Amino acid sequence: MAISQMVGASIKRREDPRLVTGTGSYVDDIPQTAVVHMHVIRSSEAHARILGIETGRAKEADGVIAILTGKDLKPEFGAPLPVTVCFVPDKKYPNHYPIAIDKVHYVGEPVAIVLATSRAAAEDAGERIEVKYQSLPAVLDIEKAIEKGAPILHEELGSNLSYDVKFAAGDMDAALKEADVTIKQRLIQQRLIPIAIEPRGVLADFKTFSNKLTVWSSTQIPHFVKVWLAVILGIPESNVRVVAPEVGGGFGSKIRVYPEEILTALASRRLGRPVKWIEDRNENVKATHHGRDQIWDVEIAAKKDGTVLGIRPTQWLNLGGYCSQFGTFQVLGMLVAQGAYKMKAFDGRAVGVFTNTTPTDAYRGAGRPEATYLIERVMDLVARETGIDPVEVRRKNFVRVEDQPFTTLLGLTYDSGDYTTTLNKALEMVDYKALRREQAEKRKQGKYLGIGLSTYIEICGLGPAAATQAAVGVSLWGMSVVNVHFTGKATVIIGSSPHGQGHETTYAQVASDVLGIPVEDIDVQHGDTAIGPMGMDTYGSRSTALDGNAVHVSATKVQEKARKIAAHLLEAAEGDVVYENGKAFVKGTPSKAVTIQEIAVAAFQTSRLPKGMEGGLEATTFFDPTNFVWPFGAHICVVEIDAETGATRILRYVAVDDCGTRINPMVVDGQLHGGIAQGIGQALFEEAVYDEAGQLRTGSLVDYLVPTASDLPSFELAATITPSPVNPLGTKGIGEAGTIASTPAVMNAIVDALEPFGVKDVSMPATPQKVWALMHRNGGTKR
Amino acid sequence: MRRRVAVTINGTKHEHEVEPRLLLVQYIRDVVGLTGTHVGCDTSNCGACTVELDGHSVKSCTVFAVQADGAQVTTIEGLAQGTTLHPLQQAFWDEHGLQCGFCTPGMIMAARQLLARNPNPSEQEIRVGLEGNLCRCTGYHNIVKSIQAAAKVMAPGAERKAPAPVS
Ligand code: FES
Ligand code: FES
Repeated sequence: MAISQMVGASIKRREDPRLVTGTGSYVDDIPQTAVVHMHVIRSSEAHARILGIETGRAKEADGVIAILTGKDLKPEFGAPLPVTVCFVPDKKYPNHYPIAIDKVHYVGEPVAIVLATSRAAAEDAGERIEVKYQSLPAVLDIEKAIEKGAPILHEELGSNLSYDVKFAAGDMDAALKEADVTIKQRLIQQRLIPIAIEPRGVLADFKTFSNKLTVWSSTQIPHFVKVWLAVILGIPESNVRVVAPEVGGGFGSKIRVYPEEILTALASRRLGRPVKWIEDRNENVKATHHGRDQIWDVEIAAKKDGTVLGIRPTQWLNLGGYCSQFGTFQVLGMLVAQGAYKMKAFDGRAVGVFTNTTPTDAYRGAGRPEATYLIERVMDLVARETGIDPVEVRRKNFVRVEDQPFTTLLGLTYDSGDYTTTLNKALEMVDYKALRREQAEKRKQGKYLGIGLSTYIEICGLGPAAATQAAVGVSLWGMSVVNVHFTGKATVIIGSSPHGQGHETTYAQVASDVLGIPVEDIDVQHGDTAIGPMGMDTYGSRSTALDGNAVHVSATKVQEKARKIAAHLLEAAEGDVVYENGKAFVKGTPSKAVTIQEIAVAAFQTSRLPKGMEGGLEATTFFDPTNFVWPFGAHICVVEIDAETGATRILRYVAVDDCGTRINPMVVDGQLHGGIAQGIGQALFEEAVYDEAGQLRTGSLVDYLVPTASDLPSFELAATITPSPVNPLGTKGIGEAGTIASTPAVMNAIVDALEPFGVKDVSMPATPQKVWALMHRNGGTKR
Repeated sequence: MRRRVAVTINGTKHEHEVEPRLLLVQYIRDVVGLTGTHVGCDTSNCGACTVELDGHSVKSCTVFAVQADGAQVTTIEGLAQGTTLHPLQQAFWDEHGLQCGFCTPGMIMAARQLLARNPNPSEQEIRVGLEGNLCRCTGYHNIVKSIQAAAKVMAPGAERKAPAPVS
């Protein structure tokens, strides 16, 4: 790589001027005339047969254009909603249509749509629709759902069990025999609601006489949506264009082909008019998928010196009412639950179950937070049981630098990583020894300080194509087009679809370094399926490792062509010409250079090109890396528990993260801040709760608590940089690392604070009530 | 049933016949066409819709348009002078105080009120002052820094170095 100037620079984001002035365009901001508003009537029942839908009175209401039910629309579905393999090829799952046909399986499932001249008219008419249900017993609990005699959601499957599969290697029974210490623990991953601050929204415009469909959607995956709109609606894919305009956060919740994308498109095709649907928050909490909702049971075999010999985890996953598109992606947790540690045996089992709840799917981290919570709690449980400091237990079991590239028991190979160095740095930042002394002092005064560690690793950067095809069911790669214009400015088109990550800025930095074109002369375009060949979109912290590198490769191809053109213009041998900082010259004579601007002109004045060379200065890349990337780091959380109220206050939060090369460190830190906050949210505040009838009790932001500014501290961040060897930029991913790492750091700190009370585990969220009760369960006496 | 309202938004007077149930945020967005004010909830919790109404910051999803009859409203679109950003907008840009940007207009409007009341807030005062505004992207870290930076620039007596125009 040429001397890097932009990669590594914290330049300000070019996205921001439009966003801070309120002039960015999210779906609901797109001007559109004669638009029809869609309102979705959703099931009020968790489990019921639809006996009939009475729409007569509603149809007469002011402004109503049409009312459509599942029965009306069924003939128009060329296929059900997609479900991908996601680590469980043989799972059982039902056909899932965008709207219920004769049965509903969760509260919030679409049962009818009202199309009207205004949103208010559609909602008013909706009040007049009567859906007759025959209620069926609902099942909400994972374990109850697979008991004999449980009500069955999808009769055609015979039971509520989707899959029960093993992920095992090594001899766990032998490990248990060899162990001095065995521990069994149940760890609950409560159900979470993603809550992107912009709810979802779709605007679909079908042009009847050209058979062309344009859909604007608040989605992370415009390219996937394009393919599936074509398949489900039976429109040639070449006639479908999907645009993700400004998207107000995703966190995994916008990574699915959603019913409303299909329904607005179908309605637009029927009416020959644009149709818009904007989700309100009350819908969002039920209609947009949830995350987590798993039980992990683990059995641990360890020696009294702290060596972990093996673990036997079982993951019970609540899939909800259907198997969502990436619903079993959470099983990835099983594949990476070994964490940063060596062990001899891993005996995993993953079970997936249907219940009458909103479907679950990817939510920031998707499987990796669960895995990290498991293994980082395991380390602390072993520490507690053996009486060894949690730092030492981690050191004892760490994969070392000299073990890299390390292959796990389940056969995944880490690309790189130096876990000891990040840990040491974090310990230094908090002054660990002094902290432990302070903790001991404070305990004497009846104050409960807790110190929690999380020395996480994570897998991201999905591709490689072959591995993801086998494991996930989709070939994942990065895509870019780099096009230098006549005047020497450039356009970069990418296959990722950012929604807050700043790709417009960071990818310009990448291209600028290779081409020597100033960043401000490079425009980065994304989120529109009409502008590039194809994309694999944005999720799983994949964009920079894939599409970022695709930009690098395309820019390098363009540079190579520019060098060839320059050689011709300079009448020099190709091998003698070098390209540096936007200029090409014969080695040793930089004063006689041709600039990229001059080369670009020649590229379009094609008679000036070498014989046989085509015009243009453009390259396209489908980048396929050789492995996944594996970021890692050490987070330390220091909490104080209020003995009176049980409330947890985070005193310090220190994070040392290594995501390889940092293209824009400011953006990387921002991703970490938000990620850490979301992980803290799971640890302390967030939980989706259903009542026995399957009604969501946490159905608004009044009841479902996402962290506010006053709930959080400022974060202390530091970095180590271990470039990934599997891509040319050396980048890894960072979008989810904060969330993956922080939940166990906080929970380990809380359990540590409560050590004097004999508390070995606290379930999430660690609400003041719960913590207070644990402190007082023996009448307040300490151990 | 429709009622006539006259509302001055960012210095421009608008007059319309509206339904009494129309929310101010819907009036601003759908009738007047200023879409910088966002809607993130239906329970007055997220603050994405924060605007200034006669000198007070309000959640415009909690006010009916008819209640704003005769009022002066400032929205996010009213802050920049030409292409020169308001110091808060500039600070959010400088300090990476936003990611997806959806909460940002409401956040900036709330911060503007916060600084009007308390020109030199501590970190904790800023955090408490922002309790009515949710951000899911930034963990608030850089939002706090942005407001601190803006407070310095906006402080009475601070040397007013106007930020350079955006373009
Ligand atoms: S939209 Fe007004 S507070 Fe959420
Ligand atoms: S920047 Fe996305 S919600 Fe605040």
